[in-house]
Amino acid sequence: MRPAISTSRAVVAPVILGVAALLIWQLSVMAFDIKPFVLPSPVEIATQFGKNIPTVVQASTVTGLNALIGLIVGGILGVAAAVLAAIAPVLDELSAAVVAALSVIPIVALAPVLYTMFGAGAQTARQIVAAIAVFIPVYLNSLRGFRQVRPVHRDLMRAYAAKPVQVTRTVTLPTASPFIFTGLRIASSLAVISALIAEYFGGPVGGLGKSITSAASSSNYSLAWAYVLGSIILGLLFYGATLGLERLASRHRPSA
Amino acid sequence: MTDQNATATDGGSVAASAGAGATRTATAPDAVTVSGVSRVFGSRGREASVTALDDVSLDVAPGEFVSLIGPSGCGKSTLLRLIADLDQPSSGQISVFGKPARRARIDQDYGIAFQQAGLLPWRTVAANIELPLELHRVGAAERRTRVGDLLSLVGLDDFGSKYPDQLSGGMQQRVAIARALAESPRLLLMDEPFGALDEMTRERMQNELLRICAETDAAVVFVTHSIPEAVFLSHRVVVMSPRPGRIVDVIPVGLGSTADRGEALREDAGFFDAVGAVREALHGHPVSAGPATSATSTGSAGEAREGANLCEPSGRPAGRESR
Ligand SMILES: Nc1ncnc2c1ncn2[C@@H]1O[C@H](COP(=O)(O)OP(=O)(O)OP(=O)(O)O)[C@@H](O)[C@H]1O
Ligand SMILES: [Mg+2]
Repeated sequence: MRPAISTSRAVVAPVILGVAALLIWQLSVMAFDIKPFVLPSPVEIATQFGKNIPTVVQASTVTGLNALIGLIVGGILGVAAAVLAAIAPVLDELSAAVVAALSVIPIVALAPVLYTMFGAGAQTARQIVAAIAVFIPVYLNSLRGFRQVRPVHRDLMRAYAAKPVQVTRTVTLPTASPFIFTGLRIASSLAVISALIAEYFGGPVGGLGKSITSAASSSNYSLAWAYVLGSIILGLLFYGATLGLERLASRHRPSA
Repeated sequence: MTDQNATATDGGSVAASAGAGATRTATAPDAVTVSGVSRVFGSRGREASVTALDDVSLDVAPGEFVSLIGPSGCGKSTLLRLIADLDQPSSGQISVFGKPARRARIDQDYGIAFQQAGLLPWRTVAANIELPLELHRVGAAERRTRVGDLLSLVGLDDFGSKYPDQLSGGMQQRVAIARALAESPRLLLMDEPFGALDEMTRERMQNELLRICAETDAAVVFVTHSIPEAVFLSHRVVVMSPRPGRIVDVIPVGLGSTADRGEALREDAGFFDAVGAVREALHGHPVSAGPATSATSTGSAGEAREGANLCEPSGRPAGRESR
């Protein structure tokens, strides 16, 4: 019964903390008469959020779709590149510098360039930004996963005279899958953040990023915060979904 | 019975062909033939090279149970891996059922169980056992019946749908053994398969292994650190020494058919005699053949013994190895 206790604790403790923080926030906004453009109260944000649920959902769908496409494309490319690098380590050595560069530069900085390349009316630039941001952690984690194949499993496959495709399917991919999904979980928040921030640099309206800027520039601060709340929820959704996948892929693995 | 429990020291007793379950015809090739095999692990960079095996020769008859015993690092695993074609000898020849080891591996002539169970943790017990069948395109229906048979063979009927992490270490070992037996190989290679088990499970597994071998009539090359285990299971015990890895002695265990060996044998005087003989060989005081000769031409001590008392259980004629 210990796990049950710790699970309920793990849920209850943050909830209590969150409620307390919201209370303090609400009370201090009221007590110190903080202006809405500095910080609206939680109740105000919640009211705005409630009133604008359809538009927030719509904006979240636009940004979420960009992030999802980026996550899928970047994820597939990341795994594929890792497969190649695992087969031919030369590729890994050749690309190490590029990968290192990509992992330190802020990918969203590419957004303005991509808008001019693909036209400011298309979502393509945002999806590409998200895909590149996703690619790096998925590639690095997958490559690490492919290197986890235990020697005894490799020997076993050789003893069975298994063909390379069979080895990949029965041993290499299952060994690497927890690592691949860890990469995807890390990448999921990056995908949402990149897709959202990329909207600040141009492109069509409708997404969360554009909605936040336009609400803020028309002095509708509580609405801007309602969109921020929407993007937090979107990020959590992505994170939760990929965390679930990761858990699923890591069942029956000795914790290592 | 006690007459048959001859060890190398009491040369007189003659054991009749104790029937290793090996009804061997004159033409059938040996299950394993290792001749003059050396394995030197390369000197990478400034590392000195390691001679893991030096001029090792060994024959295993069909249906014969042979144990390899020796101190850690004497090349037992290396020898087993060479037979399995998981590694190649630096010099010398290995053939399995008359073909090169590589051919035998591709033809799937052996089953192998490693020291670690080596199960795939993401597959159920049943899926682990059927892995070789699946890889070799055996139909689903046939696979299911075979897995059912194997599960009862190793006493895990109710565990087919469990995952390896839900099993104890001993149960995992039994799954690995079932997997090794899946394709009814005529040759079983086992590297300390019971190493991680407690004494009681271990003895039960030994009994089960002997029963399985009797049923499938397989030849076995069995690596172990335990002298009683080697004696209890084997027709012959091959004693090795380290640096460089060599066969110092081959001790025929005259305890009768391995199929008939049961719990009572563990209390038998002949059992203790054989244990004593293996221990002596292991500690480097060979009794019959001179150590100087056996050091270079491996297996010669064994020949001398076989010539002396003819108690090789598979009915192998004396001096056969010196052809
Ligand atoms: N891949 C390898 N590369 C270099 N040296 C190796 C390799 N494999 C084995 N050796 C060396 O060969 C020798 C024999 O190793 P091996 O694993 O066959 O011993 P073993 O008899 O099985 O020992 P143990 O009883 O401890 O399992 C050891 O000295 C070891 O260091
Ligand atoms: Mg070993």
